[in-house]
Amino acid sequence: MHKRHEQVIVAKSLGKRFTRAHEDVRALAGFNLSVAPGQVTGLIGPDGAGKTTFMRLCAGLLTPTSGELQVLGLDTVQQTLEVQGLIGYMPQRFGLYEDLSVRENMDLFANLHGVPPAERPARYQRLMEMSGMEPFGKRLAGKLSGGMKQKLGLMCTLVRSPRLLLLDEPTVGVDPVSRRELWQIVYRLVEEDGVSVLLSTAYLDEAERCAEVALIHRGAILGQAGPAHFRSQMQGRTWLLRSRAMSRRRLQMQLLKVPEVLDALGQGPAVRVVGREGISLDQQQFPGLEDLVMEPTAPRFEDFFLAALRDKAEHDAAVPAAMSLEMGQAAPRPATAATSKQTQFSDSSTDADSAIIRADKLVRRFGSFVAVDQVSFQVGRGEIFGLLGANGAGKTTTFRMLCGLLPISSGSCTVAGVNLRSAASAARAKIGYMAQKFSLYGNLSVMHNLRFFSSAYGLSGKRRSERIQWALNSFALSPFAHVSSQMLPLGYKQRLALAVALMHGPEVLFLDEPTSGVDPLARREFWQQINQVAEQGVTVLITTHFMEEAEYCDRLVIMAEGRVLAEGTPEFMKKEYGGKDGAAEASMEDAFIGLIKMHQETEAQA
Amino acid sequence: MIARIYALILKEFLALFLDKSSRMAIIVPPIIQLFVFGYAATFDLNKVRLAILNEDSGAVSRELISRFQGNPTFDIVAHLQSEHGIAAMIDHEKTLMVLRIDNACSRQAVRGESCSVQVLIDGRNSNTAMLALNYVRAIVTDFNEELMARQNLGLPARLAVRAWFNPNLESRWFIVPGIIALLGMIVTLVVTALSVAREREDGTFDQLLVTPMRPWEVMVGKSLPGLLVGLFEVSLIIALTVYWFKIPLHGSLLTLYPALVIYLLSVIGVGLMISSFSTTLQQALLGSILFIVPAVTLSGFTTPIANMPLWMQHLTIINPMRYFLIVVRRVFLEGTEIRFLVHEIWPMAVIAVCTLSLATWLFRHRLH
Amino acid sequence: MKPGRMMRLGGLVRKEWLQVIRDPSSLAIALVLPLVLLFIFGYGVSLDAKNVPLAIVIEKSGDKSNAFAASFFNSPYFQPRLMSSIQEAEELMKRAQVQGIVWLRDNFDADYLSRSSPPIGVIVNGVDANTARLVDGYIQGIWFGWLERQLEVRGESLKPPLQLEQRIWYNPEVRSTDYLVPGVVAVVMTLIGSLLTALVIAREWERGTMETLLVTRISVFELLAGKLIPYFVLGMAGFFISLAMSYFLFAVPIRGSLILLLAVSALFLLVALGMGLAISTVFRSQFVAALVSLVVTFLPAFLLSGFIFDIRSMPLIIQAITRLIAARYYVSMLQTLFLVGNVGSILLINSLYLLAMALFFLGLTYLKTGKQLD
Repeated sequence: MHKRHEQVIVAKSLGKRFTRAHEDVRALAGFNLSVAPGQVTGLIGPDGAGKTTFMRLCAGLLTPTSGELQVLGLDTVQQTLEVQGLIGYMPQRFGLYEDLSVRENMDLFANLHGVPPAERPARYQRLMEMSGMEPFGKRLAGKLSGGMKQKLGLMCTLVRSPRLLLLDEPTVGVDPVSRRELWQIVYRLVEEDGVSVLLSTAYLDEAERCAEVALIHRGAILGQAGPAHFRSQMQGRTWLLRSRAMSRRRLQMQLLKVPEVLDALGQGPAVRVVGREGISLDQQQFPGLEDLVMEPTAPRFEDFFLAALRDKAEHDAAVPAAMSLEMGQAAPRPATAATSKQTQFSDSSTDADSAIIRADKLVRRFGSFVAVDQVSFQVGRGEIFGLLGANGAGKTTTFRMLCGLLPISSGSCTVAGVNLRSAASAARAKIGYMAQKFSLYGNLSVMHNLRFFSSAYGLSGKRRSERIQWALNSFALSPFAHVSSQMLPLGYKQRLALAVALMHGPEVLFLDEPTSGVDPLARREFWQQINQVAEQGVTVLITTHFMEEAEYCDRLVIMAEGRVLAEGTPEFMKKEYGGKDGAAEASMEDAFIGLIKMHQETEAQA
Repeated sequence: MIARIYALILKEFLALFLDKSSRMAIIVPPIIQLFVFGYAATFDLNKVRLAILNEDSGAVSRELISRFQGNPTFDIVAHLQSEHGIAAMIDHEKTLMVLRIDNACSRQAVRGESCSVQVLIDGRNSNTAMLALNYVRAIVTDFNEELMARQNLGLPARLAVRAWFNPNLESRWFIVPGIIALLGMIVTLVVTALSVAREREDGTFDQLLVTPMRPWEVMVGKSLPGLLVGLFEVSLIIALTVYWFKIPLHGSLLTLYPALVIYLLSVIGVGLMISSFSTTLQQALLGSILFIVPAVTLSGFTTPIANMPLWMQHLTIINPMRYFLIVVRRVFLEGTEIRFLVHEIWPMAVIAVCTLSLATWLFRHRLH
Repeated sequence: MKPGRMMRLGGLVRKEWLQVIRDPSSLAIALVLPLVLLFIFGYGVSLDAKNVPLAIVIEKSGDKSNAFAASFFNSPYFQPRLMSSIQEAEELMKRAQVQGIVWLRDNFDADYLSRSSPPIGVIVNGVDANTARLVDGYIQGIWFGWLERQLEVRGESLKPPLQLEQRIWYNPEVRSTDYLVPGVVAVVMTLIGSLLTALVIAREWERGTMETLLVTRISVFELLAGKLIPYFVLGMAGFFISLAMSYFLFAVPIRGSLILLLAVSALFLLVALGMGLAISTVFRSQFVAALVSLVVTFLPAFLLSGFIFDIRSMPLIIQAITRLIAARYYVSMLQTLFLVGNVGSILLINSLYLLAMALFFLGLTYLKTGKQLD
């Protein structure tokens, strides 16, 4: 037996450089970390911080440029094969063979890891039971939902019992239900088998589930401690603010302009504010907001993360101060009109006459499979409307039908008063669209992309050059105008995509999982931009996996198996389905899981 | 509308030519292929390996052999002493053929009897064998005539054959114009077939479809860059054909270019059809291969269509390359005027209309 | 043997095999492609001129001119059309409706034996120089044959001092199919071999499965062997289809040993698969890999392998380039094994070249597939 108290990973002033496109990139520098055995350690940091590089170094897939790295007491360079024999590593995109069945995938990895055939039945039995995948042994991996694929990836990693498990963002793009199940598997491994786990994640709420968290930024560790320790550092800096006179969103935008406020975020009907270090917030700092109610609230890990990184990255995270959309003719409603509407949105329904998106009994079939079944909802002007659901719930299909990318099997929908089927071109002039994955022309420069899309949207002459200038200024893209867009940092790609979608002053903005894979800082920023857009009368329809983002929506629907399970405001959802009986405040995630469970139970009875 | 199409075309060009590697991929391989294939693809023989087994010691055989020695087409690799080594030499490809002269030959020839001269030839490549035999026959016949003229005897005249359009029967004159059609097709097809598939894969196609552009505008915007790239590439190859390979261009470019545009349009139609069928680049590429291979084989590029079985000849009428090959060769070598080429041009036009409208239909159909 | 190697290798082969079976495109490449290509090439590529449209101008009809013209009607090579004026014939030639003109002048019957100014003219369309030469040869043959018969009838004989006696070995009927079909087999094998593997390693990189494979205890050797074995089996299946079609459908004789034929084909398949794997490994993108394998396989195998165009006729520099084309060695061995027999020296030298190429490509793949990501 190995000495169990020994640290499972020890990195000492570790450095790693890459040469990418003739440029020297420093992925890790002076990186020190030690990971304790028998617990879950979280590796948390923004995109490009070096999380994946460190994981790969630990797995012996990369060779460090400098420094020392020991895994389970072995040197990763000298004893690569031994290390690989003891660890389990699940890459960010676990490469399942999609044309192989669940069982065949497991067999393959059992063979590759040299698991003796005699040991397999018991091991498989346990894994299947842990993951609840028993009924799906013969199903092709490609036919599994995103969450199940991740579980299968984990099972393949665990065909033999590793001493150390490296999980690189295992929950990205996975719905909350599957996420919870993945975590349960990880906890069981730690408790029953004493496996040590190093897990990287972009979900800050997951940090709280780790025994210890290491915060990584620009290739170095900023701090390492239990999540509670990080939280406690933020004690006294977090408040909930609400005002009756002002909509939550306006309030949030106002608060963000206050220099003492580090972050302001919608949470239920209130705005959650994080103050700058050493500054105590009180009412007087917000003149003109007489009826402001302010109460302290418990800090979260997220607050520390934000505070730590925003201070570090203050300059490049600079949010464009005042973004004006200058809508022109395309969106005639002035902001005030939108605001006056705003107050009504606290009700759970919308005045039918003002509905700008109207989906009526939408159905979409693929062969005999009904992907979307009788989906109806309405979205009012200036509303931020969320479409939530597990993988495969039909939200993307619904979404694609609404923006005219997919024909409707039956039912109807109008967008901005135009029927997409009969006047497709006219309807499309009124919408902006931003795809899940960055989908602008990667080898064209920012400027070329803007020029092309402005022409494609029929802008010309002076207006065209004005709008291009607007996009460059409002999204702080000017310094990158001549950089080819694939070279942009992820956050800037996002900005460019949003700029393109808003170029022609659309009345409706469609956003398909716009923030998946984006780190929390960039996500914040992005939402501030969305808020401003909505504030100026643009209707926003958004799909998302992040439950905290669901809170930012005015209203939302939750879908499963092609049908709408519930529709309403976030508060309504939490109250109705959170299942906490009013005791503690339920989270959006609780509501989501509660609703899905409820749905599954009724299905089972039927 | 015009502005939108223009923007799309501009974008296509930027995407093709901004990136150094894609720029190189479009320009360099066709030029290399032109040179390599232009020189490689020839049916003309030179330096044919010949071994001689001369069992005769007379003047006639010496004189005959000297004719072969003086001829640049032949390269005498060995003088054999006995028939023993013949088989091995041919089997091991040391020589293509063996000329064998009997021991009594000179005597017989002087006596006015016929003496037989044997040619043993490696028939592995039957075309080479036939052509080499023709050369041998020409030399022997010439020699016979001279011998008989010396004896004041005479043979009936040998046929004087004149070859129109290509007096020296150089097969390069046949092949190189064909390469124009070949590379024009490959470049245009690859550019158009891959462009939509690439956008689909990158997700940019959705972004394009949510703009107010109509499907036909997208089609035009996708076709024109292919056409322009094809025209540019073909013009470059035509210039090299004329100035480097010195293939005579007897006809008018004004005849060639209209036909070229129609040809490229028909290829673009095929490319766009492949594009609408495929969701990934790989499928588009596979589709292109599946079109190019039979299209090249069944076009008459290397071997005449007339040599194919009849049913297969009928199959070639849907192959646009078949028609353009005839046009380009005839315009180059024969200087044919456009009125004689109508029968080649209208089928291409029909193919172009069919493929382009089918592609547009497929394109809409896949959307709705 | 390292412990567990058989288990790992077995697992990989099984995985690859399942993928092949479930992805119809691999099966199509291996089994349908040879069928279709051999069909297209076998029937579509032929250098034997047949039914050449020919104008025969008889300016003044007579016994001799009619008899001579008749001999063209009896020839399988020509599809003659009779006409009475050269202008008419030249017009047809300009319209490309005939490939050649045989022009019997008005004094043909009287002067056909004359030596000085023959009353007969022959014009061929030289655009397709190869066909033109063959047509020239055929016409000369018909002319001499006819003359001989005329003289025999008159009791004379046409006795040139030297009479050429030709013996065409291995292919006495000079069927171009006999040498083209083995070449087609080589082209088909090149395409199958490289297309099958060009995508498979790039696919693993693109789908992220390579990273998961690399972190297991698998060695590079096992990884490559696991790729090679299933596709080798598939490629050989394609070869058997090609072989059967050559023999049964196109009636090409197989004079060499079947075992040697199999052996050199297996060797060539290794080169083709190795080339595909190397391309796939170096480029790591399915798209680029497919594009490159198209550029470096199909057209070179088609034009530079000696399959249609005799390498011996090419300029020296091009001949040097063809040394880089694996298909040329295979074409040479196939033509020999099909038409000649087991010729040791040819098989040995070409096999050595192929072996060197196989080692090069597989070695390159081996070196480029490190167990590291950078």
